This record gives sequence, structure tokens and C-alpha cells, in this order.
Amino acid sequence: MRELHDFPGGLLLEPHKEVTDQKMSILHPLPERMFLPLQQHIGQPAEPAVQVGDRVLKGQIIARSSGYVSVPVHASTSGKITDIGNYPVPHPTISEAPCIVLEPDGNDAWFDIKPTEEYDRTEPAKLQELIRDCGIVGLGGAGFPAHVKLMEGIENAVDTLIINGVECEPHITCDDRLIQEKASYVVSGARMIRHAVQARHCVIAVEDDMQLAYDALAELVDDDLELVMVPTRYPAGGEKQLIRTLTGKDVPSDGLPIHIGIVIHNVATAAAVYRAVTRGEPIVSRYVTVAGRVDNPVNLQVLIGTPVEDCLATCGYRHSEDNKVIIGGPMMGLRVTSPNMPVIKTTNCIIIEKNAPAYPEMPCIRCGDCADVCPAELLPQQLYWFAKSADYDQAREYRLADCIECGCCAYVCPSRIPLVHYYRHAKAQIGLEQQRSHEADQARQRYTRKIAREKEEAAGKTGKTGAGADRDQDTRAAKQAYVEEALARTRTKRRDRPGPARQTEDSG
Amino acid sequence: MISKAGSSPHLHDTRTVGVVMADVCIALVPGLLCYAWLFGPGVLLQCILAVSFALLFEFAVLRLRGRDPRPFLRDGSAVVTALLFAVSISPSAPWWVSLCGIAFAIIIAKHAFGGIGYNLFNPAMAGYVFVLVCFPVQMNTWPDLPAQGIGAYLGSIFPMAGGQLDMLSGATPLDELKTRLEMMEMVSEIKTASVYGYFGGAGWEWINALFLLGGIYMLARGVIKWHIPAAVLAGILIVSAAFYLYDAETYASPLFHLFSGGAMLCAFFIATDPVTASTTGRGRLVYGAMIGILIYLMRQWGAFPDGVAFAVLLANIFVPLIDLLTRPRAFGET
Repeated sequence: MRELHDFPGGLLLEPHKEVTDQKMSILHPLPERMFLPLQQHIGQPAEPAVQVGDRVLKGQIIARSSGYVSVPVHASTSGKITDIGNYPVPHPTISEAPCIVLEPDGNDAWFDIKPTEEYDRTEPAKLQELIRDCGIVGLGGAGFPAHVKLMEGIENAVDTLIINGVECEPHITCDDRLIQEKASYVVSGARMIRHAVQARHCVIAVEDDMQLAYDALAELVDDDLELVMVPTRYPAGGEKQLIRTLTGKDVPSDGLPIHIGIVIHNVATAAAVYRAVTRGEPIVSRYVTVAGRVDNPVNLQVLIGTPVEDCLATCGYRHSEDNKVIIGGPMMGLRVTSPNMPVIKTTNCIIIEKNAPAYPEMPCIRCGDCADVCPAELLPQQLYWFAKSADYDQAREYRLADCIECGCCAYVCPSRIPLVHYYRHAKAQIGLEQQRSHEADQARQRYTRKIAREKEEAAGKTGKTGAGADRDQDTRAAKQAYVEEALARTRTKRRDRPGPARQTEDSG
Repeated sequence: MISKAGSSPHLHDTRTVGVVMADVCIALVPGLLCYAWLFGPGVLLQCILAVSFALLFEFAVLRLRGRDPRPFLRDGSAVVTALLFAVSISPSAPWWVSLCGIAFAIIIAKHAFGGIGYNLFNPAMAGYVFVLVCFPVQMNTWPDLPAQGIGAYLGSIFPMAGGQLDMLSGATPLDELKTRLEMMEMVSEIKTASVYGYFGGAGWEWINALFLLGGIYMLARGVIKWHIPAAVLAGILIVSAAFYLYDAETYASPLFHLFSGGAMLCAFFIATDPVTASTTGRGRLVYGAMIGILIYLMRQWGAFPDGVAFAVLLANIFVPLIDLLTRPRAFGET
């Protein structure tokens, strides 16, 4: 049995999971229109590979990856591309971003996809390529391209692969249901990733209130995989927190899990890898929990790009001004600003909550409750002062970058200060500053190169005149030689001659 | 950019500043009632007076500063400041002592520094020290026990109302100890005086015990954290124990110091004011210990019988430095 460790801070929250965690998921019907953002992951956005009016098949690439940290986007169903342009997307700081709009034709006809035979004989690098081509990103929430993590694993010695099934936010049960309904996908996917990164150990972790999921996995795991239940506490499912819980190790402040020999993937990512390997299927759908004030809270299997509005309608919800719609969990989710906002690869939950009257933001009373609950052991209060006074150097000094935006600090704040909002804003500003200084660096480099080039050109010109000078010099030398010869002749003549002229010559 | 209101998290703890302050008031009740039972209704009159003045000044200053006074009046911080001030001054002090003290606390110590959250000094203690320095006679005149009636108190607090308190010469146990030690008397002799009880000052020991009870309630409710009270009490205990062990006839026992004067009130209610205390775990220990040690030193060698207010204000000065030097390590930071 693995010894479990404690992580700092955190909260015990009302789970509200009993509402949906024992209900069979529903296959969401085809929507009328789908919005597929070019960027559903961390990194560079994909580039459109189709044009308005094109007919596409399910699973066909409609936008290509544009770099190493980038993945393609696939058509979630067969249909026609009706537009490529800016539409609302779920993002904390951006309200609209480029999307491909797809109108389903109702056939849901698959593109030509091929399985990979015998993954355990396939080169890890090939698997990594396949995972990128299937558009697989971290489905737990951050959306980091899975192949990049795999590559790090392939290039470095991996001690432990962690498959994260710790769903710590209230209401969300999409991973729980996925495990219960598709446990074999998760277990096989875990084995595939393990093969790809050649990990020595592999741990699948779930929370201790996910008994049914645990049982489903327990039937399938062998000695090669370790199944662990971790105590329910928010944010136990955070990457760094889970690593601490399972291994007792801390991910370095400015480092990655791989720096301590760990690769961590979400259970849904493992299931997606399984589909990609055994069928060649890219990510076209995912489990989404619809919870809160809806008639029928349930997990849906939703095609990526389906508008939130459609998902809510399927669960019998009609919008009223009393409610607010949140994408993601109640702790880290985003307020939905448009009904067209689509479900993307990282969308795990849609919650309807009552619009509570806004409690006024009061001054900080320095109680320090925020520091007690911070799982990153930061000083949220100091970060707040620095963020508020735009002292970004100090904010960086106090490790704003280590903030995981879990919201624990803002949850406990008795002054109801929207702390996470301040941190996001400061992070965005720091990002901009860095971008600007990067651009300035580039401009400086361009300038120095230009100067160097000009000098070189100038040097080239003097080089030509130099060659002329050489010729001049040659003639000069020749003349000098001639003069000297003549002088020498005169000297010998003079030496032969007696008298003071000779002395003069000697002293001269 | 998504608005502030739309920002995550969408869940909140139900505890707000107002809830916290209400809990502090609840925790004060047992000690306050005991105090009133021992010393008479003057204690409650002082509370009513101070709270009224505090709310009045808070409202007026917020209006002057162009703020909406409602959320700030609801946060209860002015009420807590007023109550702490009221239990610190003599129950027989005239009404204008309260008026001046609260005016200084709210207008100067609190709002001149930017209001709740921005003040460097504990407002109640700043107000207390202000009147202590300005009106030493009124502040150092305590009614004798047992408790006298409301009429006598009314006469004392509102001199124009007629009626009068008997025996205003009474001194607190700490006063008595200090004066008689200076007269080269032995602690064991002094202790036989009527102002001493079982382990602390007569009556005061029970008031302190009940403030301790209120403190435990706040700890259980998570309103305050253990660091500051533990460090204050440990500071008093360790230093007084050292002197007591050195010479028990010249220095009073640690138990006497812990259960006299404002020790418990300070440890649980005054030093724990989050705005003016250190915010880091280790910092709170340093801050608390500093207050505890200063309280003892001032009681023993200072000009005033009790040192709570001065100890707290002095420690307040060091808070920014303590915070800076005790910054904890971040997760994964080496």
C-alpha cells in the first residue's frame, strides 16, 4: 500500500456529487450548429485547413497544428463549414476567438481512420505522433497538449506515471462516470501511455468518495497498475497537489513534474489515448456534467463544439434571469456570457446557479485565512496588494506564477475580495510585459544584425578600395625599389670618390 | 475581459467580516457580564455610550470621505473597537472620556490611516492611550467593590445628573501591587489585602477566566488562530515565572499576572485584531511573544499599572518588519 502524504491548505467543500454520479450518461443529440475554436489547448492556435463551404467528415482535420506545442482540431461530425471567424469562447480573459462553424448534415459519417496494431511493439515516438494527430490535450482542465508531456517522458527517465481521476471540484462527476462506464478504456489507455513513456510505476488515483469508480477499475487492474484512493479535499486533483499526496515530492517552483521523474495525465486523456490507438479516433466528444438548478442533472456525452445552450436544453433547462451559467466547476469555472459558447475539449461541467446578490468587496482585514488555505503555500494577501498596486516585480518575487487559481483564497475571504480576478489580471499584465520585452529584444537583435550587415557591406567596399591600394602599393614599392637601386648606385660611386662627401654620407 | 463579478470562484464561505465581528462580540459577552456583575451597571453604560459614539463617528467620517456608510457600519468593526475601549476604561469615567477616546480611535487611529484594513495601530488601544494620557485622574479612579447601583454610576458618568459613586479611591489589584512593592513590602504581605482573590485580583480573576472562555469559543469557531493568544500568554508566563523563581517575595506569581488586569482580554481580543497584527504563522508568534513580554516589563517597571495598551501599540510598529522577515517558503520553493 502506498503511503499518502498531506498537501498544504485546501478546503472541505460540499460535494453535491450524489446528484449525478450514479446516473447513466446520455448521448447528446447532434446540434444544429457547432463552434470549433482553433485554440482549445495551451500553446499556439491551430491553423484552418478548410474553407467556408467545404464538406467535411467526422474526425477529419479541419485545422492543423501550427507548432510543437499545438494540436489539430477535427470535425466533430460530418457536415458543411459555414463560417470561419470570431465567436464567443470559454476563456477567462478573452471573450471571442477564431472558430470554425460547422453545420452537421445528420449522417455523422466517419472519415477514414485506422487503428494502430499492437501498440506495445510500436515506437514510443510513433505513439506520440499519433496522440498529437488525434488532437489529444489534457482533458482535466488545463488543456496542455498530451504529446508534449509524452515527449518529455520519452526523453527523460520516468519513475511514476500518474493517471489523475481525482475530481475535486463540487458537482463535477464526468471523470467518475467515464471511469464507471468505460473503465477498460482508462486502464488500457494508462497502459499505453505507460508503454510510451516507459514509466517504472503507474498509479491511477481517484478520490475516496468515488467508490463505484474505484470498484470498476479494481476489476481490471493487475499488478502492473496501482490503484489509490486519496482523501477528498479541494484541490486534491491539482497536478502538484496530487503528486505531493502520492509521492511526497514537490514539483519545483519553476519546474515541471518531469523534473522529478513524474508524468501525470487525466483519466479522460487516458481513455482518449485508448481510442486513438485502437481505432485511430481523434477527440470529437467528451463527458460533460450538467448540474445545479436544472430539471435533470446528468452527465452528457457531448460532441466538441456543441453550444452550451443545447446541452442545457437536453437537461430540461430554460434560462431565467435569476440564474447564472458557469462552465467548469464552481471554484474555477467561467461565467458563460453567450448561449452560443461551445463545449470544448477541456469543458468538464456546466452548472446553473442562483444569481446571488453581489456582496460588496470590502477592504482586506489581513486576517490571513487566505494563506492558511492556499495549496501553493503562497501569500495571497501580499499578492493581492502587489496586483492591486501594479507592482508586478514584487508579485513575481512572491511567486504569482505558482498560483494555480484554485480559488480557495477567495472562497474564504471574509471581505469577499475577488482575489483570483486580481491574480489573473496581474498574470496577464506580466505576460504582456514579457511579450513586449521579448519583442524589444528581437527588435534590438534585428537592429544589431542590421548594423553588422551594414558594416560588413561597408567593409566589402573598403575591401575593393583596399585591393586598389594594394596595386598602388605595389607600384609604390616598385618605384621605391627603383629609387633605392639608383641611390645605391650613387653611393658606390660616391664611396669610390675621395673627400668630405663620403663622410657626410656616413653620418647621414 | 470578464467582469470582476463573473470571476471564479462562484462559491463563497458564508463568513464575512460582519459575521467574524459578531462572533467576537458574542465571545465578549461572558466576561463583560461578569465584569458588570462585579462592578455594577456602569460597565454596561460605558459600553452603550462607546458603541453609540463609535457608530456616530464611523457614519460621519464615512460620509465625509464620500463612501457608502452602510456596508462599513454593517461590518461591525466599529462596535468591536467601542466594546474593547469600554471594557478597558474605568466604569466610573465621565461621558466625555468615552467621547474623546472613541473620537481619537475612529477618526485618527482608524480613518486617518484609510479606514478598516489600513490602520497601523489598534484603534481601541490608541483611543485608550489617548485618554489615559489626557485624563489620568479619571482613568485611574476605579469604584470600589462591591458593585454600586445605577444611580451612583449615572451621577459619575453624567456629572450634571446628580447622584454620586462612593469610594472612588479604589485601586485595581495591579495598582495596589505596584504601589506597595515600591514601598518595599513583600508580595506575601500585599496578597493578604482584600483586592486579591484566589489566584489573581479579586473579581478580576473571574473576568479574566471568562474572557479566556470567550477566547476558546473564538478559537473553536476559527475566528482567531492560536498563535497570538498562545504567544502572548507564553510571553507573560515565561518572563514572570523566571522572575518569580528568582525571588517570590519581590515578584508576583505568573498565575497572578495571567489572571490580572487585561491579560486575557489582550491575548484573545486585542492582540488578535487581524488588521494590526502580523499575518504569517511565525510572525504571529513573534508579535504575540513581544506583547506578552512587554506587558510584564511595563507592569513591573513602567509608569502605569498595566501595560497592555502600550505593549500592543509598540508591537504594532514592528508588524511590517516581522511580516517581511517571516515570509514563508512557497510550495516547491527551495
